[in-house]
Amino acid sequence: MEFSILTLCYLIASVTFIIGLKMLSNPATARKGNLIAAAGMTLAILGTIFLYEEEGKKLGNYGWIFGGILIGSIIGTLAAKKIKMTAMPEMVSMFNGMGGACAALISIVEFQHISSAFSLSNQIAGLSSTTTGHVLIIVLGLIIGSVSFAGSMIAWGKLNGTIKDFSFKGQHIFNITLLLIILALAVYLIGWMPANGMLFFSIILVLSLLYGVFFVMPIGGADMPVVISLLNSFTGVAAACGGFLYDNKVMLTGGILVGAAGTLLTILMCKAMNRSLMNVLLGSFGGNTVSSGGGAKQQGAYKEITLSDAAVVISYANKVLIVPGYGLAVAQAQHACHELEKLLESKGVEVKYAIHPVAGRMPGHMNVLLAEADVSYDKLLEMEQANEEFNTTDVVLVLGANDVVNPAAKTDPASPIYGMPILDVELAKHCIVNKRSMKPGYAGIENDLFFQPKTSMLFGDAKKVLQDLIGEIKNL
Amino acid sequence: MNEILQWITLHQEMIYIVLLMIFVGIEVIGHVPSVLHTPLMSGANAIHGVVIIGAIIVMGKAESDNYLALSLGFLAVILGTLNVVGGFVVTDRMLEMFKKKKK
Repeated sequence: MEFSILTLCYLIASVTFIIGLKMLSNPATARKGNLIAAAGMTLAILGTIFLYEEEGKKLGNYGWIFGGILIGSIIGTLAAKKIKMTAMPEMVSMFNGMGGACAALISIVEFQHISSAFSLSNQIAGLSSTTTGHVLIIVLGLIIGSVSFAGSMIAWGKLNGTIKDFSFKGQHIFNITLLLIILALAVYLIGWMPANGMLFFSIILVLSLLYGVFFVMPIGGADMPVVISLLNSFTGVAAACGGFLYDNKVMLTGGILVGAAGTLLTILMCKAMNRSLMNVLLGSFGGNTVSSGGGAKQQGAYKEITLSDAAVVISYANKVLIVPGYGLAVAQAQHACHELEKLLESKGVEVKYAIHPVAGRMPGHMNVLLAEADVSYDKLLEMEQANEEFNTTDVVLVLGANDVVNPAAKTDPASPIYGMPILDVELAKHCIVNKRSMKPGYAGIENDLFFQPKTSMLFGDAKKVLQDLIGEIKNL
Repeated sequence: MNEILQWITLHQEMIYIVLLMIFVGIEVIGHVPSVLHTPLMSGANAIHGVVIIGAIIVMGKAESDNYLALSLGFLAVILGTLNVVGGFVVTDRMLEMFKKKKK
């Protein structure tokens, strides 16, 4: 490859990806890191459009390319800007799926090129190793890309609630068989390149899409972030396949970088929940576990607390810890929450937030939400710090959190969330739980906490309850 | 066997890149605090949008009478752009909220 400005563009872009990713892993530099990577990406894209040459020929079809980029940019920007903070996870999953689909489409077009060129020449002559290598990479890109696409779409549907958990007996065996069939077909296609290659290729495409669906289906909704992260790294590998195909170094660097970082991130996320990746993928949150926690404990009695009582209890406490959860995010109650915090502080109550690493739908979800409402950073306690403070706390206010405060994670080995570190809210003198109803949380299990004598329930939408509570406290 | 060796020799540069990038990728995010997991994932998501370069190449090479390549390539460009633009914008929106904290 002779030296060209494009090579330089790609080199710079690759470096920005590495630096960007590095900066993204530190809170102080994260935003800049994202912008740097975006700048590198722009450079690489523009460079490709204007400078890319193959056998001395520049690219054509500019109208189509710019049209596509324009449409994609408009939809992408609008979608990303308009989406609510609570729906961020779905959005990431959706964009990830688009990337996977893009990789799969590239493979389809390239395969069609190869197979038509191939049927022109005679087939008996056999394949050169370069062509075999090409087909291998195309098929690999197709499989990974379509699994990532289908999986991401299912994850997206699960997060916004349109798709429910679904699993059947022997699904893991079914999945493994499906995967083996895909691989066998792929090996046959690559090694022997049959005359009706396009047919095999299409079957592989359909089966890969199916595999993506069945791969994500049985995994519980609460584990979706982990799955999205995993699919994210899949798409990275699919992009790297494109890098091999076009001998393109940025695609290769960027793709493998994300593939490796994404895999590590997936493992880190699992660690934050104290579970293994296998455990997540085999879907221990799946349908069969729901019944085990459910029925038996439902007979317990819980007590409700009225708004005015809650107001009194909170405003005469010395120290209040707020435990936010998904309910807070859904109700968009972060501003009301901050207001309550300020009001209580003015009355001399010490208020802090206890943040469980996986509270909400994604790690860091709560931090983002509370930061949006201008809650000061040093008021947010991480799980370990918070757990040291609960026994000196007068009132814990649980706002729409459930599984992350479920004592079953420590006491009940049969519980699907057993072993997950939780916030020990029961150590506090009093616990007020705000929920919309007695419905179990995302893991689909009952929570003993609600039936304990120290706990009182305050039903209603988090935002409304908080606003009413603020009103009550002001009237005291 | 010979073919495999030949293939490796031909692509050794690429194979080196793959191996090194795996370690760089792991090293670079090794100490990320759990607060940043989501934005980091989202940022990485945007970066794998480089597939769009492949889509542009497909599109640019397509002959004007090859409608399959044209339409699929066009779709791929749109989807790839969605991944890149949407990915970076969403990440920026998430991180915008982190910035306020420093005040």
